Amino acid sequence: MTSQGTSAREETVHIFQANVTGLPHLPTYFRQFRDRMEFAKQMSRTTLRVQQADSSIGKIWLVLNPLMLSGIYYFLIVAIGSKNHGGGFFAHLVSGVFVFYFISGCMLNGAGSVVGAGKLISNSSFPRLLLPYAAVRTALSRFIPTLPIFLMFYFIGGGRLHWQQLFAIAAFGLIFMFSLGLASLFAALQVQYRDTTSFLPYINRIWLYISPVLFYPEDAQNVFKHISVVNPLFPLLSLWSHTLVQGTIPPWTTWVAGLLWALVFLIGGCWYFLAKEREFAVRL
Amino acid sequence: MSSLSDYDISEDISFEDFDAGAQTGSDKLRVEKEVSEDLAISVQDLSVVYRTAFERIPTAKNAVFRAVKREKREFKTVNALQNLSLDIKHGTVLGVIGHNGAGKSTLLRCVAGILAPTEGRIEVHGHISTLLALGVGFNAKLSGRENVILGGLAAGLQRDEVEAKFEEIAEFAELGDFIDLPMNTYSSGMGARLAFSVSVHMDPDILLIDEALSAGDAKFKKKAAAKMNELMGSARTMMVVSHGLGTIKEICNDAIWLDHGRMIGRGTPDEVVTAYTKHVDSGEAATSFHDF
Repeated sequence: MTSQGTSAREETVHIFQANVTGLPHLPTYFRQFRDRMEFAKQMSRTTLRVQQADSSIGKIWLVLNPLMLSGIYYFLIVAIGSKNHGGGFFAHLVSGVFVFYFISGCMLNGAGSVVGAGKLISNSSFPRLLLPYAAVRTALSRFIPTLPIFLMFYFIGGGRLHWQQLFAIAAFGLIFMFSLGLASLFAALQVQYRDTTSFLPYINRIWLYISPVLFYPEDAQNVFKHISVVNPLFPLLSLWSHTLVQGTIPPWTTWVAGLLWALVFLIGGCWYFLAKEREFAVRL
Repeated sequence: MSSLSDYDISEDISFEDFDAGAQTGSDKLRVEKEVSEDLAISVQDLSVVYRTAFERIPTAKNAVFRAVKREKREFKTVNALQNLSLDIKHGTVLGVIGHNGAGKSTLLRCVAGILAPTEGRIEVHGHISTLLALGVGFNAKLSGRENVILGGLAAGLQRDEVEAKFEEIAEFAELGDFIDLPMNTYSSGMGARLAFSVSVHMDPDILLIDEALSAGDAKFKKKAAAKMNELMGSARTMMVVSHGLGTIKEICNDAIWLDHGRMIGRGTPDEVVTAYTKHVDSGEAATSFHDF
């Protein structure tokens, strides 16, 4: 379906027509997406407020939950596993768990974003991609307060500031692109198969264990190194850990792998979402 | 335009016997020119086909079982709208009538851009606002104030536009200090009043209304009816779907009758309502309880 319109209200013309490709007219779609981003921003903001209102300790829980999990993992790895990873390992673990929670949050919130907006989808017209985008914004708002906590543990562990850490911004940019694609993919999948979210906790748990969160990327066991070729989180989280925690710039091959995975998921996830979008109002 | 007054669907008369608003020959050229200058909505050969699965809630588990058993998923095809063509000029208040499942709501949702055409094309000139359901985009855990912002943004307004209208919306809803309390503390009437107020303050060029929307107590209903009349004056074009035939006759200056996704005919509300009631063999009084 195509909707074309000018920005001036009195000149607005909308054209809705059948599309042979099953995709909307992309320039028009993304112009409308840009124009309606304020709606996604407000949805994200209010979703977060409602989630915090449901918790007695509100915002603190956003930090406390992944922090406690990091503590548990640290205890399991260092105390029970008797492995000495050095003083900066806890900072790596905390940064890994926090960013992994951002990614899994995008996936979970994204999956519920369309099926949870049935009335909105049945009764108003807007680019549906705003829904998973709002879910990613919500996950981002939950992630940002965890950064000062990471920095605290980083400095306690003897970490110092390096200019190479600026590359962490680029690494997170790739993670953000990947997560938006992932959220879009699962948002559309959840409409097709309503039990998708039932599998997500198991997928997330396995993904956490095989990704460089509980270990340094270079310390990955052989089996994890082999499957890292098909694990998008391996290069992405490696970039994150190398730049932010270790203050080093990873080899270009890691950057290329991360960029490719981010693009594949962003384009593939959004493509799948847009191809299925026209069915949402009928299926919900 | 053919008259609908003598129409009786029980007789074997084809749909083509009734002119659906189109003109022919030299008249057509002249009218097309006039219409294109003041065209609000143009529906061209619109068809909408749904494929609905018999499986009530689709799951991956069932998909796997089907794959193992080498069964295919069963679908039912529904022709919600079939080859519908319709031009609506600015200033028209078009009533859409027909039985349940005739395609009335589907037509409105296509014009609003919510549902995609399977075939055909729709051209809409102007800012569209919909009154298809109350409280679209609302969250009961948020305050009335936050929901006004959210509802306005959901309706397609920019934040500054919603904020500029906020006082007017709040005043119309008559909520007083409740506007800053969570909506789950409201009575159902208060919630409906706020939702209605947001919906009717969007300053549309084209307003699409699905079924009778009543909100609040008798006093508010009167106020809502007055607001609807005001909108009819300010909105350049309206499409109203209603089973309330009295409403259609009262507020519309044009009407169409849909039946199983096809347009049976178009004419003045009196003509169309008379033909429709003759078809369903029921008086208008019997349906008046659906009115606004």
